[in-house]
Amino acid sequence: MESSLLEFLIPRLNYVAVVLLMMIGLYVVISRGNLVKKIVGLNLFQTSVFILYISVGKVEGGTAPILTGQPEVFSNPLPHVLILTAIVVGVATTSVGLALVVRIREAYDTIEEDEIEDADEAADAALEVKS
Amino acid sequence: MSGGASVGMIQHIPILQVAIPLIAAPLCSLIWRRDLAWLFTFLVTIAAFLMSLHLLDRALVEGPFVYELGGWPPPWGIAYLIDPINATVLLIVSMIAVVVLPFARKSVDAEIDERSQPLFYTAFLLCLSGLLGVVATGDAFNIFVFLEISSLSTYVLVAMGAKRSRKALSAAYNYLIMGTVGATFYVTGIGLLYMVTGTLNLVDLAERIPAIGESRVVEAAYAFIVVGIGLKLAMVPVHTWLPGAYAQAPSMVGAFLAATSTKTAIYVLVRFTFDVFGPDYDFGLFILDKVLLPLALVGMVAGSVVACYQTDLRRVLAYSSVAQVGYMILAISLVSTAGLAAGVLHLFNHALMKGALFLALGCITLNTGLLRGGAVTVEGIAGLGRRMPLTMGAIVLGGLSLIGVPLTVGFISKWLLIEATIADGRWWLAAIIVGCSLIAVIYVWRIVEAAYLRASDPDVEVREAPLSMLVPVWVLVIANIWFGVDATTTVSIARQAAAVILGDAP
Amino acid sequence: MRHHLVLRVVSKILMPFIILFGLYVQFHGDFGPGGGFQAGVIVAAGVILYALVFGLETARAAVPDRAVLILVPLGLLIYAGTGFVTLFLGGGYLDYDVLGSTPTAGQHLGIIVIEFGVGVTVASVMVAVFYAFAGRSDEIEDGDW
Repeated sequence: MESSLLEFLIPRLNYVAVVLLMMIGLYVVISRGNLVKKIVGLNLFQTSVFILYISVGKVEGGTAPILTGQPEVFSNPLPHVLILTAIVVGVATTSVGLALVVRIREAYDTIEEDEIEDADEAADAALEVKS
Repeated sequence: MSGGASVGMIQHIPILQVAIPLIAAPLCSLIWRRDLAWLFTFLVTIAAFLMSLHLLDRALVEGPFVYELGGWPPPWGIAYLIDPINATVLLIVSMIAVVVLPFARKSVDAEIDERSQPLFYTAFLLCLSGLLGVVATGDAFNIFVFLEISSLSTYVLVAMGAKRSRKALSAAYNYLIMGTVGATFYVTGIGLLYMVTGTLNLVDLAERIPAIGESRVVEAAYAFIVVGIGLKLAMVPVHTWLPGAYAQAPSMVGAFLAATSTKTAIYVLVRFTFDVFGPDYDFGLFILDKVLLPLALVGMVAGSVVACYQTDLRRVLAYSSVAQVGYMILAISLVSTAGLAAGVLHLFNHALMKGALFLALGCITLNTGLLRGGAVTVEGIAGLGRRMPLTMGAIVLGGLSLIGVPLTVGFISKWLLIEATIADGRWWLAAIIVGCSLIAVIYVWRIVEAAYLRASDPDVEVREAPLSMLVPVWVLVIANIWFGVDATTTVSIARQAAAVILGDAP
Repeated sequence: MRHHLVLRVVSKILMPFIILFGLYVQFHGDFGPGGGFQAGVIVAAGVILYALVFGLETARAAVPDRAVLILVPLGLLIYAGTGFVTLFLGGGYLDYDVLGSTPTAGQHLGIIVIEFGVGVTVASVMVAVFYAFAGRSDEIEDGDW
């Protein structure tokens, strides 16, 4: 039983990596209350998708998809282009997220999610008392 | 331009629809005067609206047509596919943009720093081009790119409400996390589809998927795509970003988003469920009936009930939107032409309803004395019926439309939806729809009661909203009534759109 | 960073090579790994290195805020503008065939131009984000290290 599971997984190591990274990334996003840690988890999660695309784009015996004039077996260039776009999207998302964290730090003086919720509830309660 | 070139330009409108707002955005960031930035944005939205009218006309007359980007024929190149359902959503987005811009002039002045306003309009143009791109394109990965363009600019737009209340920042952050997770799920699904079919073009995918037959990979791809898009359209249980985002955004942004962002996500869901995977895909039918239908019902009931308990009026409308999204998913999960037509019609009608209501709330927000902690509350609008008659009148009519009173668009949507559920033989669904409309009466009545039956605070100075803000509100309200009295055009367009996408004869 | 002499001398010597490498990566994107995004990040990394070692004000004097805020939309305008140029020349949107005397030459020119637009935007956005973040708090004094 044990060896057949390993026999099944070893040729599919890239999928194992994808699943591991995806789950670790999602877990960090959900379980950690620190806003910066959530963004780190988001990046891990996005990296798993990059690995999924690129690892399946590799053709056995294929080289880098750059035309050299000689007939060769090339790996699929399309996943590379798609992931370049996705990486840029990930970078943009991270910078918007971090910019928001900087502003939240200035507004609330903390970047822990539960402290922010407490501050909001306290402010709402103070308003209720006033009106 | 010579006559020959301008005739040729007409055929490029599918891409110009997206490219003109996209190139207008960096141009707008170079404008340093805020009134010029507003004027420029307004002209661009008018251009986008005229182009979407042309595209809808062409799609209804000719049927679906394709525009090849860069001259590369599909499936090698990216193709823009326009058919009736596409063109309808394009029209909704550009129409709401055109109506919201005149409103924005005074509203944005009051709510956003003068120096940041050109950048605000830049973000708005990026959001508009992203939404139009999601709808117009016929390539699955292109959908992801434009989805993220519109989402990133939406996060920024929501965060600009921070001047009113710092909660806008955490609302934008929450939306960012959930939205990015959703988009990444979607792109995983697309990757799995690409692995088994080798193509990203929607039409090509639709042809190749049936040939694969039973496949775990296709099922997993379906699941990933549905969950990813579900996050974007605020399906229960991943809707939790919506109340915060809609309530804390600047008024104009809240109105625009409430009327457009979930609609484009629902369009993507319809496109994938009925066009790419096809209406006879067994696993898809199973998911629609056993997963999406119950979630839609939960959304309808829970959204309406929670709306009754909110004090912030924008949160009331936000939870009401969650319920309305539930209606639309219910319509889709019926998998019939009648159901899909009801869903498409509700896309249009809900945009009219929520657009009018959020804009009217924006008029009230202008009078800052009415705000409690940056929000318009039920206490805050006490007695407003007499002091802001036109604004409150608009809210009352919009509320009646939400409930589904005859002579309003809400009634037409609910009627078509109930007809579709009864035709399917599920009477209990029709009963739940009527039940949720009754719950809607409760939260609309709270607003009406506070505005008309309570005494107002004499210390607060209140003036009616300026004309440039009232006109867009009443344009949408009158459209509500107009298309509620004479719904023949909208219903026939919705039926044609549904028929084309489900493959029946148009 | 007055006291860190080795860092200052080495980064001063390396700066032009970093920018040169960035330009190499930019224009050799069609012969090897490279292209606009990679080149933009390399150039931005060079500017950020300069800002880290010599201070934000010195970097702002070398690459002013105003210039960066104009370069950001400029790159996107180059990209989208190429599409409109091909429209006016009679082809489809972003149909590079019409840009040159032969379709191959047109494709080559088109890709170089849009990749340049991408590189400009990416480099200036990275630098702008760094300026925005770093400019919000006081500079760290030497003694704080």
